[in-house]
Amino acid sequence: MLSIERIKLNEVYKELLERMKKEWFSNVRADILAGAVVALALIPEAIAFSIIAGVDPMVGLYASFIIAVTISFVGGRPGMISAATGAMALLMVPLVKDHGLDYLLAATILTGIIQILFGVFKIAKLMKFIPRAVMIGFVNSLAILVFMAQVPHILGESMVTYLFVAITLVIVYVLPRFVKTIPAPLIAIIALTAVTLYAGIDMKVVGDLGGITRSLPDFFIPNVPFNLETLAIIFPYSIALAIVGLMESLLTASIVDDMTGTDSNKNKESKGQGMANIITGFFGGMAGCAMIGQSVINVKSGGRGRLSTFVAGLFLILLIIIFGDLVVQIPMPVLVGIMIMVCIGTFDWSSFTYLRKAPRTDAFVMLATVIIVVATHDLSKGVIAGVILSTIFFVAKIAKINITEKVINNNIHFDIEGQLFFASVEDFIDAFDFTVIEKNIVINFSESHIWDDSAVGAIDKVIMKYRENNNTVMIEGLDSTSKKLVEKLTIYQHSNII
Amino acid sequence: MYEKLLLAVDGSENSLRAANEAVKIASLNHQCQIEIVYVVDYSKSKNDILHAQGKEELEFSRRKKLTPVEELFLSKNITYKVSILRGEPGPTIITHVNANDYDLVVIGSRGLNSLQEMVLGSVSHKVVKRVNCPVLIVK
Repeated sequence: MLSIERIKLNEVYKELLERMKKEWFSNVRADILAGAVVALALIPEAIAFSIIAGVDPMVGLYASFIIAVTISFVGGRPGMISAATGAMALLMVPLVKDHGLDYLLAATILTGIIQILFGVFKIAKLMKFIPRAVMIGFVNSLAILVFMAQVPHILGESMVTYLFVAITLVIVYVLPRFVKTIPAPLIAIIALTAVTLYAGIDMKVVGDLGGITRSLPDFFIPNVPFNLETLAIIFPYSIALAIVGLMESLLTASIVDDMTGTDSNKNKESKGQGMANIITGFFGGMAGCAMIGQSVINVKSGGRGRLSTFVAGLFLILLIIIFGDLVVQIPMPVLVGIMIMVCIGTFDWSSFTYLRKAPRTDAFVMLATVIIVVATHDLSKGVIAGVILSTIFFVAKIAKINITEKVINNNIHFDIEGQLFFASVEDFIDAFDFTVIEKNIVINFSESHIWDDSAVGAIDKVIMKYRENNNTVMIEGLDSTSKKLVEKLTIYQHSNII
Repeated sequence: MYEKLLLAVDGSENSLRAANEAVKIASLNHQCQIEIVYVVDYSKSKNDILHAQGKEELEFSRRKKLTPVEELFLSKNITYKVSILRGEPGPTIITHVNANDYDLVVIGSRGLNSLQEMVLGSVSHKVVKRVNCPVLIVK
């Protein structure tokens, strides 16, 4: 017995080793290169998202480093890049403004705990019920909000500011046609930072909005009172962060799945993101999630394995430690230009065709999601409203019931077509004319299905009302599950049911 | 005659025209093996996922793009194989062709003008330039 168990255990180890080899070391060269490219692209975004959240650039940079490195071990989708993101940063704004950084870190840890619970209870799988109209509304409103956050940094500043934004945009859009190996945003940053330094142009730089610490993050427990009051403050933020983070991560995972033609474990990803957020909270980083743009860059650059995500995080912090003094010199207009590019890339431009071609209700849900997010500056509110709206529309659509009446041999026949349940019973009852006297009435359900007690109750009510005027009522054509429900619940004689 | 033939298809009108020519060539030789290649474009992945309700629907809609071409081959009784690749269309086709020995590549041309070509990049041009076998571009 023992030896058999030992052999089995050996096999398990072998399989685990095999999988590790495949997920980590099957694509080493390309993974390292792609990870380095992603790290370069991550730095400006991590800084910009920190500025959006209202915290020091280091909070976003540490978050990106820790989340990327942690998720490379525990995530469910190899090759996906997770770090500090715009969607999460936007949710944190009021919390940071009213209560400060320590509450944000506490909220980040709680977000992680909630996400682990989502993973354990397989709630992550429920995300597939989020309709595409809401998803499209989500990415569009994300792009709009990140764009809106950039406007204050350029509006009302000098002419040179506008010029720098314009030059940055030209570089990031035109240069990739000719130079493919070096990421264009990096070229824009290096070239324009150099120009400002040499020409001594006076402009707002990253350093004006917060410092860069050239060291690894330290472990510390957020300085908040451990009581219910704190929990009451952070919980609403944490739940919103958990939902939005998971939603963007699962969307990103599906995109990476599609690009690589492979599958991924969504519940594992949820748990992994939870762990990453807990750790980042204890090391002074803000909550993050998967990034669509960066993951696409990674896959396009050849990144496939966990190593690429690991390298992205590690290389990012190395660059900050080495070049931190130069990073603070990056002019804000250049960062703004890069973020405008990110917004243009995030926005779903086919939405305009979607608005024209999709069913009216879907188009409405998409627009409503965007409008609610832009009005409330809260992505989670828009998503929740969008989901509720589409549910209502779905129920309304499916609750349409058609009743046709015809007279055959002096008997009145009703043909019921549609789903009979709580939302459709009213229309069902209203369709009958109860003024008839002493007739034979046949109600045919062969094109219908009975779903719940209210449906059975409605049928009972119809039979009862007809009987008041001495009519006889027959019910026919019930399918077997409907019949079972009616027989179990109806208080009237079964002899009516054929 | 050509024995191993690759037909690049993107579901467009001009790829159907290319398929027509491939059928003509294939019907000359019963030994001819045709591989229909469709490339799932990296840059369209995000858009596709966002607008599809689930994986199955997306796969089905992609498969549907190939139906006219497949029907054409079926109606002429020509056996074929479908390969779905992933990546940027041009480079992906080139790597695939150069990794396997094909006698001929058949590909449609969108007929872009020079400005569009500068912005969008011509897949057929890239393929002609860099594959190691004859290419038939169908206008």
